[in-house]
Amino acid sequence: MNTDRRFVRPVGRLLVDRATIDECRDLAAQIAAPIDELACTHTTNSIERASLRLGGVDGVEGQGTEAIPIPNRVVDEVAAAVGLERGVLIPFWHAVESGGEDVDTTARRIAGRAIQPTWPEGDAYDTALSRAQAEARAAVERIAGAAERRRVAIEGVGEAEKPWLYLIVATGNIYEDIPQAQAAARNGADVIAVIRSTGQSLIDYVPYGATTEGFAGTFATQENFRLMRQALDEVGEELGRYIRLTNYASGLCMPEIATMAATERLDMMLNDCMYGIIFRDINMQRTFIDQHFSRMVHALADIVINTGEDNYLTTANAIDAAHTVLASQFLNERLAISAGLRTEQMGLGHAFEIDPKVPDQILLELAHAQLIRECFPDAPLKYMPPTKHMTGNIFLGFLYDGMFNLVGALTGQDIILLGMMTEGSHTPFLSDRHLALENANYVFGGAAGLAGELRFEPGGDVERRAAQVLEECRQMLQKVGDIGMFEAIEAGMFGDTVRLRDGGKGLSGVVRRHPAYVNPISDLLAQRLGVS
Amino acid sequence: MAEIRPYGDATGDGQVQLSFTLPVGASERGRQAALELAKKMGFDRPQVVHMDGMGPDYTLFIVYGSTTHTIDPDTVEVREQDFPTLTYPEVNRVIRESLKRQLVVVGACTGTDAHTVGLDAILSMKGFAGDHGLEYFQEMRVVNMGAQVTPEEIVETVREESADAVLISQVVTQRDAHIFHLREVREALEASGQRDRLILVGGGPRFSPEQAEELGYDRIFGRGTRPSEVAAYLAWRTSQMKPEALVG
Repeated sequence: MNTDRRFVRPVGRLLVDRATIDECRDLAAQIAAPIDELACTHTTNSIERASLRLGGVDGVEGQGTEAIPIPNRVVDEVAAAVGLERGVLIPFWHAVESGGEDVDTTARRIAGRAIQPTWPEGDAYDTALSRAQAEARAAVERIAGAAERRRVAIEGVGEAEKPWLYLIVATGNIYEDIPQAQAAARNGADVIAVIRSTGQSLIDYVPYGATTEGFAGTFATQENFRLMRQALDEVGEELGRYIRLTNYASGLCMPEIATMAATERLDMMLNDCMYGIIFRDINMQRTFIDQHFSRMVHALADIVINTGEDNYLTTANAIDAAHTVLASQFLNERLAISAGLRTEQMGLGHAFEIDPKVPDQILLELAHAQLIRECFPDAPLKYMPPTKHMTGNIFLGFLYDGMFNLVGALTGQDIILLGMMTEGSHTPFLSDRHLALENANYVFGGAAGLAGELRFEPGGDVERRAAQVLEECRQMLQKVGDIGMFEAIEAGMFGDTVRLRDGGKGLSGVVRRHPAYVNPISDLLAQRLGVS
Repeated sequence: MAEIRPYGDATGDGQVQLSFTLPVGASERGRQAALELAKKMGFDRPQVVHMDGMGPDYTLFIVYGSTTHTIDPDTVEVREQDFPTLTYPEVNRVIRESLKRQLVVVGACTGTDAHTVGLDAILSMKGFAGDHGLEYFQEMRVVNMGAQVTPEEIVETVREESADAVLISQVVTQRDAHIFHLREVREALEASGQRDRLILVGGGPRFSPEQAEELGYDRIFGRGTRPSEVAAYLAWRTSQMKPEALVG
């Protein structure tokens, strides 16, 4: 296996109009402003639950599939008793301070309606506030500590060379995922993603404990995170390279999953500013507010986010919609900056999805991938393999994945999700993953050096195509800027899908903050990250 | 026609290539085990052309062999498409003439599956693979209910909209959940007394058309189905149903 990949990010290989790129960034900033405003003036039930989790509230009430997480119960009880407009933390820490019981007991008593949450006044308020602030300081330290623990772990076993080869496991059973993930790492995978059970994005709570049943994936739970992180640490020790773990901070529980990821030292999280709105019909306000909080957590924990632009190409024509990918990347970048993420944490996504029957398909893919590299020279780009045009012809599919790897190598894509030749016809066999790694190791080993040598013909087809996509992106951002982001989504400008401001799932969990709203966790996060 | 065998590079050589993984180390014992297994599968003179260990416990084998079996294609049963292929104007015309009004189609993904890609490919204006979806047909009115819709919600919408056809999609599944969920919807429609007046269609990549009967559906569409096929089927089926059955 060739591990000498000599990774380079080739930049300056295409003549792209820097002024247009700057204009796109300015437009993205203008478009994002009302979203930042929304995020700073609202909270959601999931942000409140995340804030309780960071204070040590955990566990479930009830058994099996009927079990309800205690953080959900406490937030519901506080909402019913005093409303959520001022946040859950003051009533909760007041209950702890005045009841004389520990966090777990107090939370369970509130869940069991043995304690009725109240809003304290006077000295009781001050006591609750100081406790909330002290707990917030500790919580924020723990989040920041994840970054430090990762740094130490990488120093201990050694860093993986780029590009990082990203493989998915998804058995539904965490105890079966573990040996598969370890086998994948031994075969050369650098990043393991545990796909979630289908539908988890639409449930408004986080399941609890180690899970062994899931549908086409494994539930994201804190215990599953812990078990897998531990297993990858073990195999990383054996292999002498740090194996990264990925999951999904998306759906209705984005903020809570982000805090779980930080606590258990996950390394990358799928976290897109619009994916839930467009592809899961989650309310747009809910998504925008939640993504801001979750991104602040990721920022401080030094987690790399992966954005989901590849999804725009799985339904639309990958040539016609190429500029929508770039436009979404500029927006994702802007909203990441607003939440304090550094460029090195922005795993902006895109995909190799042009119909292979189109003449010059590879030229076009190369133009798109290089354009994105030029626009985001320091971002760890995440490149997704072909899915839409994969057929049962696994032989051609294997070659097609090889071409994807080649374009990825030539344009210096950092994170390579490995294509499976059985994509679209079967869930991957153990051998499919092995062959995918062989394919990637061959191409990245053989072509990495070429990335540093390659130039494109000035004024040639690659350059002209890149210029066209960039200009179409500018025009799209201009249009979105003219009518406003919420209105653009309502008009179906993203993913050809109409979503209404008050439509979709999760709107009932969106609450406008009262002037007396208190959440020292988000305040401290913002302060540490230097964002508003 | 006579009995035939697979064709490698000469008539009647029966050559087959196959690959599989055995939970065994890459060793001489592993290779022999793969060869013996190939013989049990009915391969004559099998050869292991590639053996590659995937960690200490699993090995990938690529095997060639000559199958000892034959088949007469005339003796196999095939399911031919039993409805006519209709163009866009023909679909509209057939519906117009059969119903004298729009055909109302309710579509949903049910169960835990959150993937609407299949449903949207068939229903949405944009369609799939160069075909427009059902929304594009002027004689159809489409109600797309999206994902994770319960059977009760489907029954209710079918009643409210006076639907003529119901399309249920299942994309991601595990342990036959797709079969369970389709049955659940059919049972709910039966319990509500609406099943018999409806065209009930299921679809998804894991289904095959033969499953229609066991699932109690009028038609099941599998992988790669184009919206125009579904449109033609619905129009044809509408024209076949007795007008009095279509009370919508």
